[in-house]
Amino acid sequence: MTNHAFLQGAREAAGVPSAVLVAGFVGFGALAAAQQVPLGIAVASTVVIWALPGQLIFIDMHTLGAPLLATVVAVMLSSARFLPMTLMLMPEMRQPGRPAWQYYVAAQLLSLSGWTMAVARFPGIPRAQRLAWFYGFTLVLILVSAGSTAVGYVGADRLPPLARLALVMMVPMYYLLILLGAVRERTAALGLACGALAGPLAYVATPEWSVPLAGFAGGTAAYLLLRMR
Amino acid sequence: MDLWLLLGACGAATYLWRGPGVRISAGLDPRGELFSWISCVAYAIIAGVVSRMLVIPTGVLAETSHLERALCSVAALAAYFWLTRRNLFVGVLAGALALCLLRL
Repeated sequence: MTNHAFLQGAREAAGVPSAVLVAGFVGFGALAAAQQVPLGIAVASTVVIWALPGQLIFIDMHTLGAPLLATVVAVMLSSARFLPMTLMLMPEMRQPGRPAWQYYVAAQLLSLSGWTMAVARFPGIPRAQRLAWFYGFTLVLILVSAGSTAVGYVGADRLPPLARLALVMMVPMYYLLILLGAVRERTAALGLACGALAGPLAYVATPEWSVPLAGFAGGTAAYLLLRMR
Repeated sequence: MDLWLLLGACGAATYLWRGPGVRISAGLDPRGELFSWISCVAYAIIAGVVSRMLVIPTGVLAETSHLERALCSVAALAAYFWLTRRNLFVGVLAGALALCLLRL
């Protein structure tokens, strides 16, 4: 029964959700190759960090020659969304008698796409089968994404320069759309707007610390604007 | 070797948000002030990275002009919000194709 839910989740992930991730991670692989990060590191980052924004920051700051601490802090700050996402999803999957480690593994499998789909699908899945469904769904997403990272990385070198450039261009496009498409409330709108302004400004001021600085300054400005109403 | 260490640290830093979330289920108020500020910072960080990539690109993207990147963004946004009903795949593809067309 649980096995069935696992396969069901895997099957659902194999369609459009995977196609979108292929675009994002092929672009990421091409970017990593262009920035001369080793292939193993690029693919491993997809499994270990499993958050494209964090991976982009990891690659970007490494290229900028940022201090180790600045990179770790920036990656950590960029992943803050996982706390609210995990807080919201875990109670939906909890089932008495199940060992706790299964939820801690699920927390690592969580991503923006997996979370969005889980929130949409869970009402139609019996509680006892949700965790298995989630495992099936997210494991397929990770496998597809790791494979796409490798394909983008290796393929980038063999492609004509223009095709390669177009692949790398897919990364900011993917985020531009996913971020603007997700704006449903003022927190998101203000946070994104202030961050978009603060990003280039902070970079001009201090390239190595620009990512966390833009987050702190832009985020705090957005929070203050939010409070003014 | 250093890079593997850095990757491990970055993975652990990401898990610092994931793991405790399992434990804290009722501890943090999703409507509280701290939570609100954390959300703002989270949005600002990724928006900052993406806007910096488009406004002051480093690496290969630096080969493109401001106008090219602006037109790619417009093509992607138009395909995503107007032509299709928020089809992410088509939107991203439109942005990349726009660059190819501009360069032909």
